[in-house]
Amino acid sequence: MATAKKSTLDRRVAVKTILGERGDTLLVTGLGSSCYDAGTLDHPNNYYMWGGMGGAAMIGVGLALAQPKRRVLVITGDGEMLMGMGSLATIGAEKIRNLSIVVIDNELYSETGMQPTHTSRGVDLAGVAKASGFMTTGTVSTLAEVKTWMPTLYNKPGPVFLDIKVNANRYPLSIRLRDGVHIKNRFREALLGSAAFD
Amino acid sequence: MKVTKKPAAPTWPLDIYNVFKKVGIRQIAYVPDAGHTVLIKSCHADKAMRAVSLTTEEEGVAMLAGSWLGGDRGALLMQSSGVGNCINMLGTIRECRFPLLTLVTMRGEWGEFNPWQLPMGQSTAKVLDDVGVVVNHVNDAALVGETVFAAAMMAFQTCRPVAVLIGQRVVGFKDWSK
Repeated sequence: MATAKKSTLDRRVAVKTILGERGDTLLVTGLGSSCYDAGTLDHPNNYYMWGGMGGAAMIGVGLALAQPKRRVLVITGDGEMLMGMGSLATIGAEKIRNLSIVVIDNELYSETGMQPTHTSRGVDLAGVAKASGFMTTGTVSTLAEVKTWMPTLYNKPGPVFLDIKVNANRYPLSIRLRDGVHIKNRFREALLGSAAFD
Repeated sequence: MKVTKKPAAPTWPLDIYNVFKKVGIRQIAYVPDAGHTVLIKSCHADKAMRAVSLTTEEEGVAMLAGSWLGGDRGALLMQSSGVGNCINMLGTIRECRFPLLTLVTMRGEWGEFNPWQLPMGQSTAKVLDDVGVVVNHVNDAALVGETVFAAAMMAFQTCRPVAVLIGQRVVGFKDWSK
């Protein structure tokens, strides 16, 4: 398999571009760099994972089913998505209409020493999503392309899957918020008001 | 001519369904088990519920964390062999203090014929306890409904993971000696 040209897109630029148009979207992040990226743009509608690798997409499913009128966006990494690849089959089968998944794909396990993931060896996550029954899927590697995907991510009937190839840039851990109970309760209170504590 | 009366279908699966309605369960996540057949069918038939078939049980743990974030109550149905697939994700439930109601139909105990079911079946309660899940084991069909109700109350009112292990004595076992 031919190796594609390495992307020069910076992950933080991609995430900032996407979240800049979030509106009232509910966000779930996978653990690691995706969590830190979104943490630089903190919001009460963000639920961050610091563990539970492989679970981000399915947290998005439960949230999307509970909040059918809101868009739910999952932003996660390629390693995290590979660990939860079965969930792409579940989501495709269930046709979750208000769910979009974005994989920030640097083809590396950057938290554990920059080991290559399977996406560096040709495994095509968007292809898996497409074969699983997602309504719209794609792989992009430039900021201009990311911008063209905004209406799809936020408005098109889901499930939507976008794999964004990025470069290997790493950033220092920027988010201090890591108490799970607080992250959960803040999210619920912002979304549900006083009903969060019924 | 000798007439054999067909045994009445067990009522405990519908007892569970009625508890689900009473406590407002809206999302059901499951990996099928023969013991949960009737319950799964009832949940799929209920328009107020969304029953989601999973590829592996840990998906359901994550899904129900998401359901709680969005304001829905849910329940995870699985066989005891699926419990082992959930352990790390249950750590997330514990750390964030999410409620979780899970109903586990047991294999690898009372009358089991398949030796491969024993390692997980005999460890189910222990590993759940180790990862911080409150475990209720029920071996009397008449007590299944109230046990699930009590488990649901504890799970959703204290924000803790609670499992009901439905014993193989309740579910029934195959007699492979014939």
